[in-house]
Amino acid sequence: MEFDAVLLARIQFAANISFHILFPTITIGLAWVLFYFRVRFTLSGDEAWEYAYNFWVKVFALTFALGVVSGITMSFQFGTNWPGFMERAGNIAGPLLGYEVLTAFFLEASFLGIMLFGKQRVSNRTHLVATFLVAFGTSLSAFWILALNSWMQTPQGYSLQDGQFFAESWMQIIFNPSFPYRMVHMLLASLLTSAFLIAGVSAWRVRRGVDGPATWRVLRTGVWLAAAAIPLQILAGDLHGLNTLQHQPEKIAAMEAVWDTERGAPFTLLGLPDEEQRVTHLALRIPYAASLILTHRADGEVRGLNDFDTHPPVAPLFWSFRVMLGVGMLMLLVSWWGAWTLWRRREPGRLLLGALSAMTFSGWVATLAGWYVTEIGRQPWIVSGLLSTAEVAADHPEATLAGTLFGYIGLYLFLLYSYIHALRYLSTKPARSLAMLPQNRPGAAQEASS
Amino acid sequence: MSELLPLFFLFAMGLSLFVYVILDGFDLGIGLLLPLADEREKDVMIASIGPFWDANETWIVLGVGVLLVAFPHAHGIVLTALYIPVTVMLFGLILRGVAFDFRVKAGDARRALWNRAFFAGSLIASLAQGWMLGSYVTGLQDSGTSLAFAALIALTLPALYAMLGGAWLLIKTEYALFDKAVRWCRVAWLPMGLGLLLVSVATPLVSERIAERWFTLPNAIGLLPIPVSCAIAFGAIGWVLNRPRVLHAGYGALVYVCLVVICLMAAIGLAYSIYPDIVIGRMTLYEAAAATGSLQFVFWGVAVTLPLIAGYTVYVYRVFGGKATDLSYE
Ligand code: HDD
Ligand code: HEM
Ligand code: HEM
Repeated sequence: MEFDAVLLARIQFAANISFHILFPTITIGLAWVLFYFRVRFTLSGDEAWEYAYNFWVKVFALTFALGVVSGITMSFQFGTNWPGFMERAGNIAGPLLGYEVLTAFFLEASFLGIMLFGKQRVSNRTHLVATFLVAFGTSLSAFWILALNSWMQTPQGYSLQDGQFFAESWMQIIFNPSFPYRMVHMLLASLLTSAFLIAGVSAWRVRRGVDGPATWRVLRTGVWLAAAAIPLQILAGDLHGLNTLQHQPEKIAAMEAVWDTERGAPFTLLGLPDEEQRVTHLALRIPYAASLILTHRADGEVRGLNDFDTHPPVAPLFWSFRVMLGVGMLMLLVSWWGAWTLWRRREPGRLLLGALSAMTFSGWVATLAGWYVTEIGRQPWIVSGLLSTAEVAADHPEATLAGTLFGYIGLYLFLLYSYIHALRYLSTKPARSLAMLPQNRPGAAQEASS
Repeated sequence: MSELLPLFFLFAMGLSLFVYVILDGFDLGIGLLLPLADEREKDVMIASIGPFWDANETWIVLGVGVLLVAFPHAHGIVLTALYIPVTVMLFGLILRGVAFDFRVKAGDARRALWNRAFFAGSLIASLAQGWMLGSYVTGLQDSGTSLAFAALIALTLPALYAMLGGAWLLIKTEYALFDKAVRWCRVAWLPMGLGLLLVSVATPLVSERIAERWFTLPNAIGLLPIPVSCAIAFGAIGWVLNRPRVLHAGYGALVYVCLVVICLMAAIGLAYSIYPDIVIGRMTLYEAAAATGSLQFVFWGVAVTLPLIAGYTVYVYRVFGGKATDLSYE
């Protein structure tokens, strides 16, 4: 592989957006969780909810700040790395990004101040409204950016004149065929990511003996939320895949490493796809399963990669997809185990707590893997079938791109390290709710021993 | 309609960049002044911008957003030409944005590190923004004079931001920190004025077109209010800063107002110099404009949301009005 300018620009964009999405996935879900904590406090007057809010709002603020600064990088990178994209598709991409700034970014950024620091200055009602608006703003921002991304995957509602896109119907552009699936799948991904984050950190706190009643509330909220969201996510993912099969069949073929069109195609569980020889080595297969999953018939036909003129790189898709599925299954296992334990009113043992804290950042892994499937699966196109990535890249000198790429990666690694370090530091402080009576706390015994 | 739309968006873009300068300008200025304060004062200074900086920064996203939405053809040219300073600016904005949170959440051992990062990020971002403005005004050329001019603006902008930061502290602080802020403003006053003067003299020198606009006769008289009001505002700042009684009577905000006047005049002057081009000497705003249908679609969005945004921005500033106190999440 040669490191030409296009490839470098792609790696740079991918590095930046991968770093960016880590934080939105948390803030979108966590904002709603925080709103829930505030509502519970307002309704019950139970201080534990307020402690839970006060702890997690700090994490939220930190995460939000990282989301904002990396997002600002993103908004410039469309111009610096893909000037051709904006020239050709600006009539469509521009307004969608514009609406995101106007309706979502200002809303969340402005009310964030009140949400974080305004509790003493405004009434409880106003504070609730501000918290709601921040949560709503983050979801709204996902709405616009996913509309654009989905349009790039499954374009419609446009006309093409002299290589330029013109908008014909905004309804069709926004509500393009893959959008509803992507929106639902992404929102659930955010809820799952934050559910495992709060459950994982709380489990860690319990194991360290720095917990209080609020920590248990949070742990329970996280486990129940995860247990409820994961089956929905698996269902949504399955439907998403069927939709992709209809609109981007070559992507599915690459995800499943199906080389030749066949009836009754097996599902390859694991293996080493080899694009040169066009076979999958050491494949571990389940007979008929691919046909069953994709066509819901054992002898249904699945189109293979050799049938398409162009198709995305196979190995990265194959592997990313399996990572997402694997994490999804682990999430199902751990969250239902946790929910079962809590439901039976048993005290979570060290093993369960350990499993939960090991899963703290599992949402990140699945989300990134999912996005890699989506985005690498669109190659070699930037707008599926219409505009190729190579056509729109900027022609910066390679040395410049390589240099800034190094800079970004160094900075991001440092920030990621600092973020996790700060999270750890915040979580080692004893819970303020420890001062409260240890009522309805399954872990009371444990505290005495530690 | 199709004639007016690009003009409307040019105005919207200018407005958001202007609002960005006067709002995030004081945030960046606080960052520049931070090393001069002691530990306790650092907390107050940061508390004074805590609830606002994020929304302030969003104005530059809107500015670039409008450039992209309304003038996609210019968006690519400008951002490609400014690739390096934009990247540098982003590094600066990233550092200062996260330092803000990390300095109170990463533990006392690391506080000094994040204070320094906050300062460095603010400085880098201001220098880079100045550089971008400079190379934009000279038509994105690589000649020696353009580079010198860009460097000149790169040095002036931090002085202006430091002044805005100091002025903000005159509004938000009391006692010893207030007195320090007065001193900082007095120190920054002359370099800023000198810088602005040099920039005003240099602009027509590097750009013939701009010289022609300003120094032909009927125009020159019509434009007179711009330099005159700048001079008055500048003088007024110096006057107020040396009248402790006026300052302590609560008129510190005058300094900020005068700075806003200067920025506004500079913005109007700049707009007059370059109109109707959007990439100077290469592309007019009509050539760069997006399709009318797309502009119309966003027009309604802007018309509805901009007043709302202005409304809740004012509301947030009022909720956090008065002198800055410690920030608390509880
Ligand atoms: C699914 C959600 C999602 C996705 C795919 C993206 N973003 Fe994002 N972005 C958000 C969800 C989000 C968010 C939740 O609204 C923010 C606010 C704070 C945060 O952590 O993430 C955010 C912040 C944020 C900001 C700062 C906003 C502010 O000042 O408040 C900008 C400029 C962008 N993003 C731009 C982009 C661009 C250009 C993207 C694509 C290439 C992108 N984001 C992908
Ligand atoms: C948020 C999660 C996202 C992740 C993790 C992600 C990841 C990636 C990756 C890995 C690539 C490189 C693909 C390759 O070159 O092989 C890429 C390319 C790209 N993505 Fe995304 N992406 C995300 C969201 C978005 C969104 C929301 C948009 C637009 C609205 C977008 C627009 C693009 C563009 C313009 C490119 C460059 C051209 C290309 O290589 O196709 N991405 N992204
Ligand atoms: C286990 C069952 C799952 C299935 C069957 C599934 C299916 C899919 C499919 C087919 C895609 C690609 C869509 C396309 O580009 O055409 C996708 C993307 C994605 N997945 Fe999953 N997924 C599952 C679990 C998860 C989990 C647990 C998460 C995260 C917590 C997740 C997060 C994502 C994300 C963020 C994307 C990219 C955005 C999008 O295109 O929707 N997925 N998923």
